[in-house]
Amino acid sequence: MSRMTALSDPPAPTTAAPPPAAGARSDRAVIRDSLGVGVAVGVSGIAFGAAGTAAHLTVWQTCALSLLVFTGASQFALVGALAAGAVPFAAVIGALFLGVRNSFYGLRLAERLQLPFRLRPLAAQLVIDETTAVALVQPGRRSTRLGFFATGISLYLIWNATTFAGALGADALGDPSRYGLDVAGPAVFLALLAPRLREGGAERATALLGAVLAMAAVPLVPAGVPVLIALAAVPAVLLISARRVKSEAPTEVRTGGERQEDER
Amino acid sequence: MNATWWAILGTAAGCYGLKLLGLSVPTGLLDRPVVRRFATLAPIALLAALTALQTFGQGTHGLVVDARAAGLAAAGVAVWRRAPFLVVVVVAVAVTALVRALA
Repeated sequence: MSRMTALSDPPAPTTAAPPPAAGARSDRAVIRDSLGVGVAVGVSGIAFGAAGTAAHLTVWQTCALSLLVFTGASQFALVGALAAGAVPFAAVIGALFLGVRNSFYGLRLAERLQLPFRLRPLAAQLVIDETTAVALVQPGRRSTRLGFFATGISLYLIWNATTFAGALGADALGDPSRYGLDVAGPAVFLALLAPRLREGGAERATALLGAVLAMAAVPLVPAGVPVLIALAAVPAVLLISARRVKSEAPTEVRTGGERQEDER
Repeated sequence: MNATWWAILGTAAGCYGLKLLGLSVPTGLLDRPVVRRFATLAPIALLAALTALQTFGQGTHGLVVDARAAGLAAAGVAVWRRAPFLVVVVVAVAVTALVRALA
């Protein structure tokens, strides 16, 4: 998160002007950061478009996913599972589980954005990793709203345009796997996963256990199900870490399990 | 409408509902430590599983180490060096394509 603001901030002049009042970050700075994220992440819609084609979806089906689902991990998960021959129902469930995190982003955003009731159905479609990351590092309500919408709208437009281009392009190229485009999905997952792995041991244990469980399940269960079996890693890790907290630090006051924002 | 379209529309409706739910429910209802902890870890388990499955999966029940593993390893190095999102994806794609071309 801390890197997000540093993304496009110019090197701080040593004789800085007195900082503006808290909550009054300049609109231009917010928009610049937002567009930086919108463009950088938006163009990877190319990879999604290609992945859709690789999974034998039509160009329109691939575009419909970017237009209507608009949350990258769920989109990649769905087409990946369909490509692997998963039952559609299992593929959908896997994609939805990945989308659950957006509910929690929404909870945190709602307090900060204070949107009028009418705007919520529209804003909801933009509640994703990137808009949350940009909006929540802003100091005031105005810049939070600006960051949220500038990131969301730019990302939505670019993501959909590049999805279309990627799907058409991969369609024209023929077999996308020849160009290595079939690893775009896993590479995206890894890039989304990496910052979480830096947060702590429980996160790393969950990732490792989840991957091992899923791989072990592959020969045994229908396609699409292994990814759901990976969810068993979560209660396992929670139980183990709760037990460890009890046995190691009986006197320590517990902080209500709140996630520690380990800034690195 | 075939099964793929149903899967697309089901995912779209579900994902939109999840987004709207977060913006709409009163704070505190879902905001319990256990729920929050689960919600923090669940995507990690899923993303790790998906990374592994889509790198090593072969057909419906097979696992194989092929050019994709090389591409993902390269992406891992890029991630470790904190490369931007797009660079990670491009590196993975390029290395996979290169290994396939050489093989």
